[in-house]
Amino acid sequence: MERTMKTETRLDWRDVINLGLLAAIIALSLSVIGVVGTFGKRDIIGGVITMGHVFLFGAAAGGAYLAAQRSKSNRAGPTLLSGLVVGLLASLPLIVLILVAEPLDLRRFMHNVSPELLATLTFGQGQGVGIVIVTAISAVLGMVGAGITLIPARILRPLLWGLVAVFLVGLLSETIILAWGNQGLGLMIRGFMFAARGLSILGAATVFLIVAGLNSWWGSKGGLIRERVNALPPRQQKNVRWGGIALGILFMLFLPMFLRTYLSEVVDNIGIYVLMGLGLNIVVGFAGLLDLGYVAFFAIGAYTMAVLTSQGDFGIAGLSFWVALPIAVAAAVLAGIILGVPVLRMRGDYLAIVTLGFGEIIRILALSDALAPIIGGAQGILKIPNIFIAGTEFVKPEQMYYVILGGCLLAFFVSWRLRDARLGRQWMALREDEDVAEAMGINLVKTKLLAFASGAAFSGMSGAIFAVKLNSIFPHSFNLMVSINVLCLIIVGGMGSLPGVVVGALVLVGLPELLREFAEYRMLMYGALLIVMMLARPGGFWPSAVRKRELDVNPNGSLPPGEENLIEPVLQEG
Amino acid sequence: MQRTMRQRFENINYLDLLLWVFRVGIIVAVIWGTVATVTHNRYSTEQWLNFLTFGLAQGGLYALIALGYTMIYGVLLMINFAHGEFFMSGIFTATVFIAIPLNESGFTDRHPIWALLIITAVAMSVSTGIAVLTERVAYRPLRKAPRLVPLITAIGASFFWQYFFRGLYGSGVTAFPDVALLKGTWSVLGLDITRVQGVVIVTSLLMMTGLYIFVMHTKTGKALRAVSEDKDVAALMGIDVDRVITITFAIGAAMAGVAGVLYAMMYRQVHFFMGFFPGIKAFTAAVLGGIGSVPGAAIGGLLLGMFESVGPNLFLEGLGIAAPYQLKDVIAFTMLVLVLMFMPQGIMGEPIAEEKA
Repeated sequence: MERTMKTETRLDWRDVINLGLLAAIIALSLSVIGVVGTFGKRDIIGGVITMGHVFLFGAAAGGAYLAAQRSKSNRAGPTLLSGLVVGLLASLPLIVLILVAEPLDLRRFMHNVSPELLATLTFGQGQGVGIVIVTAISAVLGMVGAGITLIPARILRPLLWGLVAVFLVGLLSETIILAWGNQGLGLMIRGFMFAARGLSILGAATVFLIVAGLNSWWGSKGGLIRERVNALPPRQQKNVRWGGIALGILFMLFLPMFLRTYLSEVVDNIGIYVLMGLGLNIVVGFAGLLDLGYVAFFAIGAYTMAVLTSQGDFGIAGLSFWVALPIAVAAAVLAGIILGVPVLRMRGDYLAIVTLGFGEIIRILALSDALAPIIGGAQGILKIPNIFIAGTEFVKPEQMYYVILGGCLLAFFVSWRLRDARLGRQWMALREDEDVAEAMGINLVKTKLLAFASGAAFSGMSGAIFAVKLNSIFPHSFNLMVSINVLCLIIVGGMGSLPGVVVGALVLVGLPELLREFAEYRMLMYGALLIVMMLARPGGFWPSAVRKRELDVNPNGSLPPGEENLIEPVLQEG
Repeated sequence: MQRTMRQRFENINYLDLLLWVFRVGIIVAVIWGTVATVTHNRYSTEQWLNFLTFGLAQGGLYALIALGYTMIYGVLLMINFAHGEFFMSGIFTATVFIAIPLNESGFTDRHPIWALLIITAVAMSVSTGIAVLTERVAYRPLRKAPRLVPLITAIGASFFWQYFFRGLYGSGVTAFPDVALLKGTWSVLGLDITRVQGVVIVTSLLMMTGLYIFVMHTKTGKALRAVSEDKDVAALMGIDVDRVITITFAIGAAMAGVAGVLYAMMYRQVHFFMGFFPGIKAFTAAVLGGIGSVPGAAIGGLLLGMFESVGPNLFLEGLGIAAPYQLKDVIAFTMLVLVLMFMPQGIMGEPIAEEKA
């Protein structure tokens, strides 16, 4: 008790120094593994700040913010001082790096300690001036990070939203320019908003003002609007909701018209992952069975489609897409059940490793010479024909988009209906406690196999579409990384949450597709993201309703008032 | 729980039947393949012995890594997915910063033993450091969380470290310098084994014996066993559970660090992905031997190594499968599935699949 009193009134300097050292380690690591250098070429505000700098100084600002938040001190002096200390500590290893990189020829050991990295670190100003700049910025950002805790939320929120918007628009400026086109008004806006790379300073200011303004307006008026909607009779509320959904679907229908071929391609890839994510969401999110070999079903769907439709050497039937699709899905479902049976009695971590083994077995088999006469081995299967709908050949990504969208909507609808159906509630009971679920009369074998089968069905469908989209498949497309990607996206989105899958796919698949630099560090960031999400936000960015309520449970186990009866029925009715 | 024969038969359902069919199918396939290979006389006795010694060396590596899995599983009941990365990080760092410069300066040629010892020491300390850091950041805060949660962070940590070291030292394969001392063969009991394999086998056996003595006959080892028995009671007995867990991670990772050096000597290369498959296979070995048991990990590792090196030629080739060597990973994974299905307690372990897993 005495200790907590102390920390409320006085800063805990050990904490501050620890956080400063942590920030220092992060900044140094990001530099030497090449993140800073690589992203140093991605301008956010043209010629002023790059993504590399955001990574570099993000550690200082973040560490300072945490330090200030932990100290809970309301006085400006000590808070800013702690921020300054964190900032200075964070800049220390960078200074050392700038000084020793060349004399010690560090590049010999670590190939990313390159001249580009040093240029980013010193802002291209040479050693002496560079060190001063780095130290100053780090210190100032440390103080800013700590100072944030002093600003009241009413003012802080629009500021942060404005900054985030500038960051995102600047980061994605290349894509936005691409989508905008080159004619008329678009060109004018573009000239005003964007520099050669990234936002122009004027553009950044505009974005900031618009978003911050909108946010502060919503802050003052948003509650009122929400209240008014809530005050409507239930019937009309429903209408509003359906109207929203209809608008969303309309938007999705016309999306490819705004996007060009390249962006449609990106959206197609996101869609393929959404489809897989929805399937894995049933297995992991609903039923709580951690499946790391999920790519196996994707591969089986793709290979079935390829073998059935290919016009090349390995095609056996020459069927059309629409005839082959149900067969591919059925093959995946069958595989789901076959792989599901042996693991029925395994729990948790064993299940994870065994399914991982299955995934690898499928990949190795696809790659092996033993099966090469049937499915082509490392050469893969070529000449998979396109889809025909009503005599039109679907070739371009803009056209494939509709096929994928159809698949996603179907999968979304099925998971949404299943979630609240008897089966869905059984899955969730299974997830919470297998023994209790069994005692409640749930047939574990049937429920688990149905989870594996429905997950596999979506994955198989996804694989089938994937094969047609590429017109050829190779075993290398079906490696473990796919399983991990899908797992990451449902964890980041929120396990068991359907919109979460879409959010996760947008962030984890969309961003690396749009920013080439991400490709190199994709898995690094996924790994870090998995840890950080589990530590800080176990429900994901868009937690499912049930999960949200669970996370709101107080540490001592009691539910917030009025919600005691919300979780139990889910378990009891199952 | 004791059950009579009759009760057993009454409880059999179609699922058990299916599993039995599966089991019998596999056994028949293995026997069929073996008989076919043996009757065709494809390989000479000497070749078989070579496969065996290679398998023994490989198995020693798996066993060393498996020890870490088993110990960590013992105290935390958690599969430390990132263990393969502890193995990789040590030797990768030691190769880039120590082995290559030492070799270039000629030190390795003049004092090969010292060079190897320095490399081993560095690899062990880096592995240990990474392990302790991972435990502190990614596992310790989640010790009370549902079991899926630390498993997910472990997967995250695994990929994080892989790509961290990829960014640090590059994505290519780095050659581990040759040590002249380790070239050539030794003749043991009329059998020629390469020196590297000999060193690998002897070192891993020594390390395992050392660990066994440590766990069974020192005070810290006793604390470690107490914690793996029951954390809460151990804490009541005055054992600092956090410290013991850190020590467990450190020892497991140090073993993995040594295994890394042996791996580099055997395959003469290191890369960022090298920890992944040995990691999973060592886990298989740990399960095979009975997870949680130190001698079990040793036995499981040696067995798995031998199955993997002999298996493709023994059963797969007999079944008429082309290029069976490509399928050696399939053998390891199939073994994992089979062991977990039919013998989840492993060779030396207690039955845990139901209560703890």
